[in-house]
Amino acid sequence: MFDALSDRLGNVFDRLKGKGSLSESDVNAAMREVRIALLEADVAVEVVKSFIDGVRERAVGQEVTKSVTPGQQVIKIVNDNLIGMLGKEAAWIELNAVPPVPILMIGLQGSGKTTTAAKIASRLTRRDKKKVMMASLDVTRPAAREQLRVLGEQIDVSTLPMAEGETAVSIAKRAMAASRLQGYDVVILDTAGRVTIDQGLMDEIKQISEITNPAEKILVADALTGQDAVTTAKNFHQNVGVTGIVLTRMDGDSRGGAALSMRSVTGVPIKAVGTGEKLENLEDFHPERVAGRILGMGDVVSLVEKAAETIEVKEAEKIALKMQKGQFDFNDMLTQLQQVSKMGGLGGVLAMLPGVGKLQKQMASAGVDDKSIARQVAIIQSMTAQERKSPKLLNASRKRRVASGSGTTAQEINRLLKQQMEMARMMKKVGKMGGLKGLGSLFGGGDPIQPDLGQGSNLRIPEGLINQPGQNFPGLPGLPKFPTKR
Amino acid sequence: MSSDNIQKSWFSRLKEGLSASSNKVVSGITGIFTEKQLDEETLEQLEDLLISSDLGVNVANRLIKTLSEHKFDKQVSDREVRETFAKDIELILEPVAKPILIEQSLKPHVILVCGVNGSGKTTTIGKLAQQWKAEGKSVCLAAGDTFRAAAIEQLKVWGERTQTPVIIQPQGTDPAAVAYDAVKKSIDDNHDVLIIDTAGRLQNRAELMDELAKIVRVIQKTLPEAPHNCLLVLDGTVGQNAHSQVATFKEMVNVTGLIVTKLDGSARGGIIVALAEKFALPVHAVGVGEAIEDLRAFDPKIFAQSLMGLD
Ligand SMILES: Nc1nc2c(ncn2[C@@H]2O[C@H](COP(=O)(O)OP(=O)(O)OP(=O)(O)O)[C@@H](O)[C@H]2O)c(=O)[nH]1
Ligand SMILES: Nc1nc2c(ncn2[C@@H]2O[C@H](COP(=O)(O)OP(=O)(O)OP(=O)(O)O)[C@@H](O)[C@H]2O)c(=O)[nH]1
Ligand SMILES: [Mg+2]
Ligand SMILES: [Mg+2]
Repeated sequence: MFDALSDRLGNVFDRLKGKGSLSESDVNAAMREVRIALLEADVAVEVVKSFIDGVRERAVGQEVTKSVTPGQQVIKIVNDNLIGMLGKEAAWIELNAVPPVPILMIGLQGSGKTTTAAKIASRLTRRDKKKVMMASLDVTRPAAREQLRVLGEQIDVSTLPMAEGETAVSIAKRAMAASRLQGYDVVILDTAGRVTIDQGLMDEIKQISEITNPAEKILVADALTGQDAVTTAKNFHQNVGVTGIVLTRMDGDSRGGAALSMRSVTGVPIKAVGTGEKLENLEDFHPERVAGRILGMGDVVSLVEKAAETIEVKEAEKIALKMQKGQFDFNDMLTQLQQVSKMGGLGGVLAMLPGVGKLQKQMASAGVDDKSIARQVAIIQSMTAQERKSPKLLNASRKRRVASGSGTTAQEINRLLKQQMEMARMMKKVGKMGGLKGLGSLFGGGDPIQPDLGQGSNLRIPEGLINQPGQNFPGLPGLPKFPTKR
Repeated sequence: MSSDNIQKSWFSRLKEGLSASSNKVVSGITGIFTEKQLDEETLEQLEDLLISSDLGVNVANRLIKTLSEHKFDKQVSDREVRETFAKDIELILEPVAKPILIEQSLKPHVILVCGVNGSGKTTTIGKLAQQWKAEGKSVCLAAGDTFRAAAIEQLKVWGERTQTPVIIQPQGTDPAAVAYDAVKKSIDDNHDVLIIDTAGRLQNRAELMDELAKIVRVIQKTLPEAPHNCLLVLDGTVGQNAHSQVATFKEMVNVTGLIVTKLDGSARGGIIVALAEKFALPVHAVGVGEAIEDLRAFDPKIFAQSLMGLD
C-alpha cells in the first residue's frame, strides 16, 4: 500500500536511526531512490535531474524530528517540492478577451482533444453560464466532425455546421465569423491530432492560431505518456505558445509523471484533468494528489501521517504484503475494519483519498456506513482464532454460535463469508496490479468502488441510457444494486 | 497530413520518425565518447539516455551493465557503443517480430482488437483490412465500440475505404451482441477474416475489463477456438504504464500479440524493448502514420538501429 518510494527510502535510512540531521551522503543515497521512483513514474530524465538538485539542496542538514523517520522526512521534502513544481493553485480557462473568445485545442493524435473540448464546453455552459459554440477543424480523422457534433448534442452545445471540402484554416475563419455573428461568448476550436515532427502540420496549427488569436491554447495530453511528454510539450509550446494543459485519462493507474514533465518545461498551468470518457468527467487539478500519485503513494502525507498516528505502519505494510500474495483471512479483514474506525470512520478515510466525492455519495446511498462496519467487527470478534484464520471451518453450527455471540443473523455471517472470499480473490488481482487500489478493500469493496486517484466515477453509461442496475456489488452485505455498466 | 509527408516512402518515414526521436540519444552518446572514457559518470549518462527512450530503468540498467562488463575502462568509439546497444536491443526484439498469419481454413479467422482509449485501434483495423484485402482475402469488420461518439461512423469510413462490410448495431448495444452477430454473419458469408473493434478501456476499470471478457465468451459460444488473435494496440508514446496494460489485458482476454502505433512521432517506442523482455508477446506491426498504408511489419534491426541512430 505505502509502496515504492517509502519502501526504498526505508531501506536507505535503516542504518540512519538515531542521527540528528540528514547528512549529505544520506541525502545522496535517498536521492538515488527518489530518482528511480520518479523515472518509474515517467517523469522525463531532464526534469528529474533538476528536481533532484533542488531537493538535495533543501534536504541536507535538515533536523530529523523524533516523531517521523528520516525516510518520512525526505518524502515530505520531496512531496512539498513536487507540489511546488506542479503549481500551487487551481487554474481555469481565462476568458478575458472580446467575445467570441476563441479556445484552441491542440495535441497529439488520440490524446483526448475532442472529448475534452466537449467537457470544457459543458462546464463553461453549465457552471460559467457562457454561450458556447464548438467547431471541429479536423478534416483528417474519419468522422471527427461527426464525433464533435454528437458530443455537442449530448451536452446541448451548438457546433458549427459541417461543409465539404474545407481546409482547417478555412473552417477556423468560418467558425470565428459565425460565432461573432451569432453572439457567442466562447468558440472552442477542436483540431486534428498532430505529431510535432511534422512541420507541415505544425505550420498549419501556427497559422490557425495566428488567424484566430485564441485566449487559451490548451494542450491536451495523455496521462499515460512516457518520456516523450517533454518533447511534445516543448514543441507545441514553441510553435503556438501553449497557455494551459489538460491531462486526460487520469482515471487510469499511470503514475502521471507527464504532468510534472510538461508543467516544468512549459511553465504553464495544468487547467484540469480528465477522469473518464463521460463528459462530466472533468476535474480540477490538485497538485498534492498528483504529487502523491507520482510518488506512488496516494495522498502520501496526510495518509501516512494519519496512519502513523492511529495504526502501526508495520501492520499496514504486513497486510499490503499479504494482499499481494492474495491472502486475506478474517484477521486481515478485522484489522482493516478497525483501521477504518480508528482513522475517523469511513468519512475520515474517504476525505483523505482524492477524487472520491461521488464514491462517498454512492456509499452513503448504498447504506455502507460505520454502523454496518461495527456489526462486521462484532461478527469477526465472535469467531475463534482458528475460524478467523481458516474461514472454511465455519459450518452451520459454528455460524449459529457466532451469530448469537455477535447478536447478528446467520445470513449476515454468510454474507460476510462471501465478502471475505470475494476480497481474497480481489486481493490477488489488486496485488498483481499493485498500487493504491488495495485501499478499496478497506470498504469491503469490489470492482466499481476503487478509491483510485483522481477518479470521479467508475461508471460509464452511454448518454441517453438510464443507469441500469448492475450486478450486486460484491462484498458488501445488503447493498442495493450499483449500476456497473457504462 | 502535409503533402510532403505523404510523398515519402514508409521506410524513410519510419526511419525519419525514429531517428528524429533518437537524435538526442545519438548526440548525447557522441558527446560522451569523444570526450572521455567509459567511466562511472559516463555510464550513468548513458543510462539516462536509454531511459529517455522509455526503455525503463530496469532494462536500461541491464544494457548498461552488459556494456560496462565488456568495455569498461577501455577507450571505445561512440559508434562501437551504439552498435553494441543496437545489437543487444535487436537480440531482445528478434523473437517477437512476427506478422499475423491468417489461417485460411478457419473462415473466419477472428481477430479481436483491444486497448486503452485513443491508442489507435480503429485506425489499425482499417490498415489491417487494407493489407489483407490486398492479399485477396475477404475481410469483415465489426463495430464493437458502441460507446464512443461516432465510433461506428469512424469504422464505417474505414469500411468504405477498404471496401469491406461492417457489421453494426445501434449505439449503446451490448458489444458482445455485436460480436456474436458478426461471427455468425462471417460464417454465413464465408469471410476469411473478421476483425472486431472494441471501445477503448483503461485496464484498471474492472467493469470494462469484464465487458471485454464477456465479448470473448460470447464469441466462443459459436467458435470455441476464437478469437484466433487478440491484439492489444499500444500507443507508441506510452510510458511505463504499458507494463500494466499488457499484464491486465493479457490476464483478462489472453492477448496474443501487440501492435504499436504512432511511431512516426517524436516518441521513441523504447517500451517495446522492455515489453519484449518481460512478456515475449509478438509485435505484429507498427503504425507509422494516419493513412491507410501506414502500417509496417516490425523490423527489429531497423528499429534497434534507428533507436541508436545507426543507418
Ligand atoms: N478513460 C478516459 N478516456 C478518455 C478521457 N478523455 C478522452 N478519453 C477517450 O480517449 C479516446 C480519444 O479521445 P478523443 O477526444 O477522440 O481524442 P482526440 O485527441 O480528439 O483524438 P484525435 O482527434 O484522433 O487526435 C476516446 O475513446 C475518449 O473517450 C479521459 O479522461 N479518461
Ligand atoms: N501519427 C499517427 N497517428 C495515428 C496512428 N494510428 C492511429 N493514429 C491516430 O490516432 C487517433 C486515434 O486513433 P483511433 O484509431 O481512433 O484510436 P482508437 O484506439 O480506436 O480510439 P478509441 O476507440 O477512442 O479508444 C486518430 O487521430 C488516428 O488517426 C499512427 O500510427 N500514427
Ligand atoms: Mg479529435
Ligand atoms: Mg476506436
